[in-house]
Amino acid sequence: MRNKLLAAALVSTLALSASIAIAQTPTGKLVIVTSFSKEVTDPYKKAFEKANPGVTVEIQNRNTNAAVKYLEETKSNNITDLMWASAPDAFEALKQRELLEKYKPRVTGIPEKIGDFPINDPEGHFFGFAASGYGIMWNTRYVQANKLPEPKDWQDLAKAPYHNHVAIAAPSRSGTTHLTIETILQGEGWDQGWRINKEIGGNLAQVTERSFGVPDGVNSGQFGYGIVIDFFGFSAQGAGFPVKFVYPSVTTIVPANIGIVKNAPNAPLAKAFIEFLLSPPGQELLFEPTIRRLPVNPATYAKAPEGMPNPFNFKWTGKGGFKFDTDLSERRLGVVDALYDQTITFQLEPLKKATKAIHDAEAKLAAKPNPAAAALVKEARDLIAKMPVGEQEALSSDIVNAFKGGGKDKAPRQAQLEQQWAKFAADNYAKALAKAEEAAKALN
Amino acid sequence: MALFQIAMSSSSARVRPGQIVAVALIAAFLVFFLLVPVATVIVTAFRDKATGAFTLVNFLDFARTDLFVRSFWNSVYVSSMSVVVASVFALPLAYYTTRFEFRGAAIVQTLGIIPLIMPPFAGAVAMQLLFGRNGSVNLLLDQYFGFKIPFMEGLNGVIFVQSIHYFPFILINLSAALRNIDRSMEESAQNLGSSGLRLFRRIVFPLAMPGYIAGASLVFIKVFDDLATPLLLNVNQMLAPQAYLRITSVGINDPMGYVISVVLIVASLAAMWLSVLAMRGKDYATTQRGGGGLAKREMRTGDAIPAYTMIAVILALVLAPHVGLFLMSVATIWSFSPLPDGFTLKHYATVIFDSGQYIWNTVLYASLAAGIDIVIGVAIAYLVLRTKVIGAKWLDYTAMAALAVPGVVLGIGFLRSYYGVILPGGQSLATYWVMIVIALAVRRLPYALRACMAALQQVSQSLEEAAENLGAGKRRTIQRVVVPLMTGGIVAGFVTSFATAAVELSATIMLVQSTADAPLAYGLYVYMQSPAGRGAGAALGMIAVLIVGICTYLSHHIAEKDRARKAGTA
Repeated sequence: MRNKLLAAALVSTLALSASIAIAQTPTGKLVIVTSFSKEVTDPYKKAFEKANPGVTVEIQNRNTNAAVKYLEETKSNNITDLMWASAPDAFEALKQRELLEKYKPRVTGIPEKIGDFPINDPEGHFFGFAASGYGIMWNTRYVQANKLPEPKDWQDLAKAPYHNHVAIAAPSRSGTTHLTIETILQGEGWDQGWRINKEIGGNLAQVTERSFGVPDGVNSGQFGYGIVIDFFGFSAQGAGFPVKFVYPSVTTIVPANIGIVKNAPNAPLAKAFIEFLLSPPGQELLFEPTIRRLPVNPATYAKAPEGMPNPFNFKWTGKGGFKFDTDLSERRLGVVDALYDQTITFQLEPLKKATKAIHDAEAKLAAKPNPAAAALVKEARDLIAKMPVGEQEALSSDIVNAFKGGGKDKAPRQAQLEQQWAKFAADNYAKALAKAEEAAKALN
Repeated sequence: MALFQIAMSSSSARVRPGQIVAVALIAAFLVFFLLVPVATVIVTAFRDKATGAFTLVNFLDFARTDLFVRSFWNSVYVSSMSVVVASVFALPLAYYTTRFEFRGAAIVQTLGIIPLIMPPFAGAVAMQLLFGRNGSVNLLLDQYFGFKIPFMEGLNGVIFVQSIHYFPFILINLSAALRNIDRSMEESAQNLGSSGLRLFRRIVFPLAMPGYIAGASLVFIKVFDDLATPLLLNVNQMLAPQAYLRITSVGINDPMGYVISVVLIVASLAAMWLSVLAMRGKDYATTQRGGGGLAKREMRTGDAIPAYTMIAVILALVLAPHVGLFLMSVATIWSFSPLPDGFTLKHYATVIFDSGQYIWNTVLYASLAAGIDIVIGVAIAYLVLRTKVIGAKWLDYTAMAALAVPGVVLGIGFLRSYYGVILPGGQSLATYWVMIVIALAVRRLPYALRACMAALQQVSQSLEEAAENLGAGKRRTIQRVVVPLMTGGIVAGFVTSFATAAVELSATIMLVQSTADAPLAYGLYVYMQSPAGRGAGAALGMIAVLIVGICTYLSHHIAEKDRARKAGTA
């Protein structure tokens, strides 16, 4: 009897301490640095705080590049628990600088890959929680008023009717646009990829300095078409704007990620947040009209709202299944961005002028065939497409080091290279303009 | 008389211990919160990227790069044209409101300052909706007349927006100067037969010159350094955007961004130096403080109609961004149409229930920062103009150089210099909210300083000498004579610092550590990043405008009352 009592007391004490241990799991403050808007973060903050009483989630909004820089500057006394953003390259960069902690989420049911892209970092430094594809959004009122076509593929944006109606964010400013450019380069190959990028470049109304500048301009009708990440299109629809969105055939689906910052002050809570984000309720939150991102857990799509595609049913790699190479993208990130800026962003006026002249000559050519003029137009197009550096050269140690610092003494400096590239592009655009005008004259 | 003045000024120029302490304190403030942070960042401009050794080759690269040279000249062109256009807006408003018995002068003055508080992002988005390539104006023009005007395209778009945004600098400083002109000057000129435009051109305007130059040089430098407007109009071939783009996207160790920052700082210093040169050797002080400013006249009906029309047109133009912002804040969906599809008040509800802390933080930070600014501004102005303390001029130049420091550079500098300093309680100094106040104070100090300088330049030294002859000590003279006579300028300085600090973003965004500490501009930035947040962002912007508008109106009211009291007792 006595022993029984003792045992009962022992058991209940054990049960009590166990329940205390459970109640104790996550408490305190969780600091998240993110590039996501309030519309994305607020539902998660509220849901997580509700599920874990006593927890406060502190959201700090910075754009992806600024966030990476911020984590670097503050690493000596880190106060951030989680980094939460789209661009996988930014996480790759953080990982290389040893700013991320390893972790293995316990949630099950999430496949290893989406399309060709691994959802999680193979070494466990960051984890995909939502998928995003890149595509084209447009303002239906604008398109109707100007009697413009609806695009299906990247190449459509290079056609004559689209001239001066398209907008893109500078890839050097926007991690997502960088991935779009890189997707086109990897999917179509270096030369053909740049040709498409520049032909679209010649039709741009503007190169914006913020990712959100593009959907914002399309929503308000300043531009007709924008090259954007899918959720900008879906969430604008969710907010009621007259816009549509399409995935081109060469696109890649890339996960948006979350990772634990090295020496996170509240690592247990950070882990709990990741588990929540990947759990079914966390994944379903992605369908909120203001968020509209694609969950990485295929089971979630059973509850998808009208109009949301399921990427797991998609054939993502239209062009013979190319594999998006994150490592390559990371290695030439600075070079590709600088090439884009020097040959397109900062040469936009000459590029547009030459492109317009080519469109005009081609219109005349269609009405009145003329082999000599056709040859001139082709030359003009080739001049525009020409790049100052080839694919191998772009990865050469001289150039990579010029962008990263720490190269040899006699190696070219970044500023020198950029000036060379800009001059190369400006000269070629001027020549292309002359050829196109010559062709037009021959057709008069 | 002249001899007497020389004797007096040499005696008053004796350096006193109090002055040295003041210089040391201000110098310490500037060293710790401006020079050190900036130096930690721009040192990169002088480093070889590969080896880290000292080099000037980066500056050579700057001169050799077409893009940078083109950007430089674009910046010079845009800044100069903005001064011209801003003067066109400011002169009539300043003249009519100070020169005539003018109904609603206080309202015009307040409304004239509102453009300065165009909140970042929201202001430019609103302008696009009204004047953009498919904004309301162009859609209507296209519909009825079949053409469009590219208000917002390219460099001209920048000039258009910048003139609207910054003309209040000229308005505030010029109005303060006009009010300080001694009526007897004007009366003497009239007695000698001068009147009308000639009187204005030969007497009134030259006497108001310190105010005009102060305002115009601020506009020039501000436009030269401004980042937000060109960026939001997607004009990148100007110097400040180039610096920003380099620093934030190419990488923190890339020298070119910092080289451009150095060029920006040098160019701004040169502009300031030129404005000092323009004022040199001229005495603008007025001895008597009789009626408090120009004689105010009744406007004849013949004059009143064109005057009111002109003022109405200017106000309509300069307030357009706020009209657009207001429409946005009550709009449901606004896309490719002259007016929104529908109207709602739900954005205000969202903002007030969600984001009350932003509003309180903004008022707190901006008023603390502006307070710090006018204290330092008055002190530097006095040290420079009234004493021969060594280094006073350098304090002036250094403080003004803050104008030329891009906000991002200051923000990164603060993080680099003070992140490692840990406060009791474990928080880092750089992330303590007081640092946001200090960063704002440093960034807005030049405005307050210029206003205080201009105000003190107009106070004749003989008034202080008279006070001292009557037995008042230095401190008492400053307290009872100098500062009260400067009130107009001090208020102008406070208002400019406060209003612009309330909407500052570029340095704050680096320093904000938690939404609980975040000011309104940051909240606005966060809202403006999503389609559904646009209305709420605009609503927050409207609240910012209202707060600053009310504060401005109140300070004018106080200044007016003060002036009336002084005029009554004189």
